Amino acid sequence: MTEPAIQVTDLVRDYPRPRTSLLRASPPVHALRGVSLEVQEGERFGIVGESGCGKSTLLRIIAALDRATSGQVVVEGTDITRLPERRLRFLRENLQLVFQDPMSSLDPRMRVRDIIAEPLVVQGHPASGERVRELLDAVGLSADAGDRYPHQFSGGQRQRISIARALAPRPRILIADEPVSALDVSVRAQVLNLISDLVDELNLTLIFVSHDLSVVKHVCSRVAVMNAGQIVETGPTADVYAAPTHPYTRRLVSAIPTLQRALSGATTTDLVKGVLST
Amino acid sequence: MSALVEEPEVAEQSDVLAVRGLTVSVRDKVLVEDVDLTVGPGERVGLIGESGSGKSLTALSVLGLLPEDVHAKGSVRLAGIDHDLIGADERQLARIRGRDLAMVFQEPMTALNPTMRVGDQIAEAMLIHRTVPNRRAARTAATALLDRVQLPGVARAYPHQLSGGQRQRVVVAIALANDPALLICDEPTTALDVTVQAMVLDLILQGVAARESALLFITHDLAVVATICQRVLVMYGGRVVESGPVHEVFTNPRHRYTEGLLAASDLDSAAHRLPTIPGNVPAAGNFPTGCVFRTRCAHATDICTTTPPWTGSASSGFACHHPAPDLVALETRRSSREVADD
Repeated sequence: MTEPAIQVTDLVRDYPRPRTSLLRASPPVHALRGVSLEVQEGERFGIVGESGCGKSTLLRIIAALDRATSGQVVVEGTDITRLPERRLRFLRENLQLVFQDPMSSLDPRMRVRDIIAEPLVVQGHPASGERVRELLDAVGLSADAGDRYPHQFSGGQRQRISIARALAPRPRILIADEPVSALDVSVRAQVLNLISDLVDELNLTLIFVSHDLSVVKHVCSRVAVMNAGQIVETGPTADVYAAPTHPYTRRLVSAIPTLQRALSGATTTDLVKGVLST
Repeated sequence: MSALVEEPEVAEQSDVLAVRGLTVSVRDKVLVEDVDLTVGPGERVGLIGESGSGKSLTALSVLGLLPEDVHAKGSVRLAGIDHDLIGADERQLARIRGRDLAMVFQEPMTALNPTMRVGDQIAEAMLIHRTVPNRRAARTAATALLDRVQLPGVARAYPHQLSGGQRQRVVVAIALANDPALLICDEPTTALDVTVQAMVLDLILQGVAARESALLFITHDLAVVATICQRVLVMYGGRVVESGPVHEVFTNPRHRYTEGLLAASDLDSAAHRLPTIPGNVPAAGNFPTGCVFRTRCAHATDICTTTPPWTGSASSGFACHHPAPDLVALETRRSSREVADD
């Protein structure tokens, strides 16, 4: 087996809290408490958890947007945890992010073609109009979309622009942080299909973070369930979904209302029972 | 529908809420068009739709909370109230809101007053409508309500000291404080985690059931509607495109939009690729004339430029020129043919 695309070992991140007492310091927030995981090259890896479980902190450290308190992140054989900012260029080219809210992650005063070309310009590549058109085409937007501004697009189209921007420097790893949570159901399916197709076509390694286990189940082959700064369960998505072993995962799975279960007569009492019994 | 024609329509005694021919517009843009909606006593009705479908505006018009220069036409009658809610003045509406008609909004932090203890906020709802004799009784009732939403001992807390789910439970307690005839919930659990959502939904249902209140539940989540509602209305582009009992609409959709929506949200049984609805949801007020769904519909033809008539009864039907095949009818026909073959 080749070396994993991403290897995280015993990652800890504590955030200091502002002092509220003169006599003693406030206890720190333990956002990550010893997280270890391995993502193989070309794998579609999902991370699920509720708000505050540390999944965004984990992503930020993997993308070197934040520094770990202790532990190690190795991306494609290079330990990035102690590297200075100026030596992270390889990471910025190979690992790209798509965020949840496409409106706040796109500069409202830039034209779409400049938004998509920016990662190329920043990394010193020639940003040709041809490459931008190619990217717009890859995400299913017309070529004249490049002349317009983000506010002229709907939520789904904006998320396509974010994806085009992420793909611009030809990354090998794509990290998507709740990419469809802000989208309507009818558009969500389009964006999920698009991410799926691009990952296949470009042979990307995908890390897909969501609070929605059913979305992760659809996109990813392996999943890690996080709770309170720790990974409580990892495994093939179908197995984790069908037969969760950790009590927290069981609670999570049983609390999700699904159409099938509802139509066969499940009530909210059943959902709550699932949450309380485990 | 001739909702604008003045007719001395007696509000049907059986309905808690009767909305007839509701049209909401801002300047020259029509945002909600000709919506009919009834909620029976103790009935739980779901209103589903995507952004821009007009589902929240429908709720706000019922409450008389539309923003300035957004105007509603039509008729909204509430059982036990002898005047139309549309066109009623602020004093009349203020007497109804929070007493006969209560609302739970999506974002609990903006719905609560950050400078007031939550117990006092619940007590205030009862004191304003004089449904309790005095301050002490209101406080006792508030504590009891907090117990019912499983938040004992937080009466003296401020909203910022509570989590999102706890805050939403406080909002539910306020909404239920005066035993309203109708509770309207607009995406009450969208901002919450799934395990918290399960609990809040259950508390809403318990509270509604204990008071025999009717429930109008607005959401974009099909599974949530299927879990808690008996009847559902599907909105798209400011119109009701399909309605009926939950089981019927979700297993045998007739409108092409409902059909597409169900297929696109079915993450469980879909194989690698999800079926999609092409295109994007147009911005509110920019939907096409005729059938609002025709620009995204694979079955659209020339006839779709005319507004499709409503097929079916008032409580169960659809508005589509090219409806999906009626699976139930097909099944019955097939089985009767098999019987004949035998």
